[in-house]
Amino acid sequence: MIKVEQLAKRYADVFAVDHISFEVNQGEILGLLGPNGAGKTTTMRILTCYMPATSGTATVAGYDVFRDSISVRKQIGYLPENVPLYPEMRVKEYLTFRAKLKKVPYRERKSKINECIEKCRIKEVQNQIIGTLSKGYRQRVGLADTLVHDPKILILDEPTIGLDPNQIRQVRQLIKELGEKHTILLSTHILPEVEMLCGRVIIINKGKIVAMDTPSNLESQLKSGSNIVLEVRGNGEKIKNALSGIKGVKKVVWHDKGEVNNFAVEAEKGMDIREDIFSNIVKNNGVIREMKQIAVTLEEIFHQITTQEQEVMT
Amino acid sequence: MTSTGTIFQREINAYFLSPIAYVVIAVFMVFSGYFFSVMLGLTQEATLRYSLAYTQFILSILTPVITMRLFAEENKTGTIEPLMTAPVTDFSVVFGKFLSAWALYNIMIAPTAFYIIFLAWVGSPDYGAIISSYIGLILMGGLFVAIGLLVSAVTKNQIVAAVIGIVALLILLVIGLASTGNEGWFYSCLSYIGTYDHWDTFTKGLIDTRDVVYYSSFTALLIFVAVRIVESRRWR
Repeated sequence: MIKVEQLAKRYADVFAVDHISFEVNQGEILGLLGPNGAGKTTTMRILTCYMPATSGTATVAGYDVFRDSISVRKQIGYLPENVPLYPEMRVKEYLTFRAKLKKVPYRERKSKINECIEKCRIKEVQNQIIGTLSKGYRQRVGLADTLVHDPKILILDEPTIGLDPNQIRQVRQLIKELGEKHTILLSTHILPEVEMLCGRVIIINKGKIVAMDTPSNLESQLKSGSNIVLEVRGNGEKIKNALSGIKGVKKVVWHDKGEVNNFAVEAEKGMDIREDIFSNIVKNNGVIREMKQIAVTLEEIFHQITTQEQEVMT
Repeated sequence: MTSTGTIFQREINAYFLSPIAYVVIAVFMVFSGYFFSVMLGLTQEATLRYSLAYTQFILSILTPVITMRLFAEENKTGTIEPLMTAPVTDFSVVFGKFLSAWALYNIMIAPTAFYIIFLAWVGSPDYGAIISSYIGLILMGGLFVAIGLLVSAVTKNQIVAAVIGIVALLILLVIGLASTGNEGWFYSCLSYIGTYDHWDTFTKGLIDTRDVVYYSSFTALLIFVAVRIVESRRWR
């Protein structure tokens, strides 16, 4: 549905978007993940024809964003960051205005607007002035606006930013529901959101794509190995040597706390050494008080990729 | 309804939902009423000609106040983004906004019709001259609004938009005034560019094609430039 090839946008001599290529397939929810200033908003603005690219091409639903701007804009519902709305208008009035602008035929207009109000759960505020609404409601009014002309593609820029946890949950639930009917490209810098919503993730940093895959694949691919944390009663020195001798162990970190010892064991990729650890400790008269495998989360991957430093886990 | 109509409707509503329309209309009525009564007392003539000469000065200040928000406000709050990513042409956005501000301008000058009733009561005014004055006033309004709109399109700041608009209009007024009574090609150029002489013809009761062409072509040119400015974001 969306095809981006070698897209670049330059401000002065800095590339905000640095020759990126990706595709969004029909019916999927693709997450654009990156720290602030990574180029997410710029990419979205190019895709919605708000600003031009310096070079490269982008097509949305088969239309070129530069040459067929109006056709592209008919196909997309765009929720800009921070959801700018006219504060003096009433919710329903605003949605009517937007529906007219988006050329929803007169006959369908009323039912379409009511449908969106229903879907986004803003019925109770439909006659309220937008300026008096809370952030959560404003967000949902913005979402209702993106849906009003029944677009094939939704482009949502940081849809949950600035909301309280309850509102975040509601908006996420809504996006999930919308994902059943629409192709969605959303940007965020909140990781659990991606894990929760997206079928595929693009991690973008300094205008470049650094990783692109499903959230679970990213985790398994980028796992440097599993980490096991232990708390053992017994002779620390002996146990440390025993652990180091196990096949597949890369590194053992030992914290001596007298009677009780803490270990962090790093194993090679794909090796499950938990049982070997158990038998070796028992052989050396140790008592295991705790054994925990630490899974690498998307958060850590994100951090590793975007800061390019290896984190040592203890 | 076309996009231009949709934009027009929203903008007109926005004017009357904020205090701006009421403030501008009230200020205009205070000053135009003052000039009307003073000029009537001085000249003892049943005509609008003299008071309207001063009105142009008030209009040069008030029209940019009407137009300052058109684009500057949307640029500032970011509402320009959903607006320009909706399937509407840049022209219909600019033209809809132009029409709404022009409509408010005409609503603002409408109460002066009361002065005509008053003149008819105290004397016998020349209705032909009055009608041509109003045609001139409306055409001039189009030009003033177009200038204000253009200025608003290039800034995020409403105050800046208003001030630059006022300065531009006053310059146009002053260079027209400066040329009166002077001979030579330079002054006749100034007189042609300035708004004053074109407007003066209308108040005398003359509808000259040259003046109609001056106002309408100048307005059209400025709207065209404003469309280009708004559009430029898409290819800049």
